[in-house]
Amino acid sequence: MHNYLDFEKPIAELEGKIEELRHLSSDGQMNIADEVGKMQAKVDKLLVTTYQKLTPWQKTQVARHHDRPHAMDYINSLIDDFTPLAGDRQFAEDPAVVGGMGRFRGQSVVVIGNEKGSDTVARVRHNFGMAKPEGYRKAQRLMKLADRFNLPVITLVDTPGAYPGVEAEARGQAEAIARSIEVCFGIKVPFVSVVIGEGGSGGAIALAAANVVVMMEHSVYSVISPEGCASILWRDGDMAETAAGALKLTAQDLADLGVIDAIVAEPLGGAHREREQAIQSVGKEIDKQLAELAALPGDALRSARREKFLKMGTNGLA
Amino acid sequence: MNWLREFVRPKLKRLVGAGKEMPDNLWHKCPGCSQMIFHRDLEKYLHVCQHCGHHLRIGADKRLAMLFDEGAFEKITWDVPKPDPLKFKDTETYAARLKSARAKTGDQDALIAGVGRMNGLPVVVAALNFAFMGGSMGQAMGAGLLAAARKAVDEKAAFVVIPSSGGARMQEGILSLMQMARTTIAVDEVKEAGLPYIVVLTDPTTGGVSASYAMLGDIHIAEPGAVIGFAGQRVIEQTIRETLPEGFQRAEYLLEHGMVDMVVPRGELRDTLARVIDMLLNPEPGRRVDGSDQDIDLLEGEILPPARSHRPGAAPVPGDD
Ligand SMILES: [Zn+2]
Repeated sequence: MHNYLDFEKPIAELEGKIEELRHLSSDGQMNIADEVGKMQAKVDKLLVTTYQKLTPWQKTQVARHHDRPHAMDYINSLIDDFTPLAGDRQFAEDPAVVGGMGRFRGQSVVVIGNEKGSDTVARVRHNFGMAKPEGYRKAQRLMKLADRFNLPVITLVDTPGAYPGVEAEARGQAEAIARSIEVCFGIKVPFVSVVIGEGGSGGAIALAAANVVVMMEHSVYSVISPEGCASILWRDGDMAETAAGALKLTAQDLADLGVIDAIVAEPLGGAHREREQAIQSVGKEIDKQLAELAALPGDALRSARREKFLKMGTNGLA
Repeated sequence: MNWLREFVRPKLKRLVGAGKEMPDNLWHKCPGCSQMIFHRDLEKYLHVCQHCGHHLRIGADKRLAMLFDEGAFEKITWDVPKPDPLKFKDTETYAARLKSARAKTGDQDALIAGVGRMNGLPVVVAALNFAFMGGSMGQAMGAGLLAAARKAVDEKAAFVVIPSSGGARMQEGILSLMQMARTTIAVDEVKEAGLPYIVVLTDPTTGGVSASYAMLGDIHIAEPGAVIGFAGQRVIEQTIRETLPEGFQRAEYLLEHGMVDMVVPRGELRDTLARVIDMLLNPEPGRRVDGSDQDIDLLEGEILPPARSHRPGAAPVPGDD
């Protein structure tokens, strides 16, 4: 049973009918194979047409889908011997940022991700993926650890943004984010970042100033949420759909703007429908990107990363 | 000797004086205490209210004129990137907003930078103009900050940055976010060259600017009362559903929480900067090859252009004529 998004209503209705038929036929008096087959074909066609032309606002909803695989799902599936590491050594452990060491395709790596949590209890515990300064400081610590032992860094970006709260400000949220970006540009190891869901502003780039930045097909990455942008520029939160379009926040837009390096195709109907398939596709892409980066010495990795971002000053749509 | 008479040199007078202010607008209402300030007093006290000490926002051109010797500097130029990369439109097009901001300020974008001397020391100053679309950061600011940082490296100069910004320029979308990365690298180049990078946080410094180059200084100086932080106060109030503590995100609050080194009134800013930069650029000014000590002033006179005399810590005190 899926959690459907608003625009998936026709799909939901069809799949509902299929379920009903299956239920009715369970007494074995009806042969429904033909009918179900036809309807399933219809569903698939509908999924293809719907997901081929998702609007930026629809993509935002898909990117935020609760059933989408989150950072820990990727880590559990792709990383062997994952060994979580905790704390910023200054104040606290921040569950909004998960991280640790493990083996990816046999190689030791450091993985850091924004974790949103997959049920209500977990979402609250992970603060909906909104990190506090200690989360970014923990990320800095893990990046430096990777640098010291020459381990590639993989980051999984999925956050609405850095947490806006009194305590976070008191402990220097701005400095924590700034310093994370600085550390991203200092390390001399291969660094691949994947936007798996929502790339929310400064809270995202703090982990995503990488050699290679990859986005999932239906993920979004933006300077501000469509809702925030709508309430500031349109002074009307209901204009979020319009703002989502204007912001150019989809993976396809960002590729056109030269901000990201690759897009990972999602399973039919989005990563939330075929989670393991989505996770394996990401794994394949990370493997490919890390293999290419492995050829470069540390200094070249660092300077290539810096050069890449320094060039992002004259970009624009034709 | 009067500090201000000494300070307000012809160039500065021209900039802060009869220029853009309307001649009929002789009185300004202080945003701090609501009392009226005569325009001459405003200039005289560097746009600090003589009634309550409120530091009014000032433009980038005034900032530069206030800090360089004789108010003289060479403007740093750079290629302004293609504007409006997303062809953005909200209730108005970004192109139109940009055009009116340019007409209003006479500048291409929110960042202005100059190279010159501060008490004879080589310094590059980059300042933001809040009046230009809230000092927001887009590709042009990234280009400007990078050009200014590289000028500092070329000139072996200290780099002083004076932000005043609400954050990212949303109309440039993801490309404005990328400037956080770009400016972080820019200031890193200065630091890697062994040169001082000093940030003067002024009202307001928030969002993407505070979460990048504005929080990466070797030294952080803040102006009294300046709002400095990451998230906007309205956003925080909506999140926590409480009223914010008194003085929250003000310069003094950041000092207390270890985020800035000092809170310095505008009248003491130039001397403070010069003193800090001198110590960092000239660690051993009195040391001679033979190891004997020598009068520092004398040696300074030999190796540097004549330094403008100043009273350390002198602030413009109302009535100090
Ligand atoms: Zn006042």
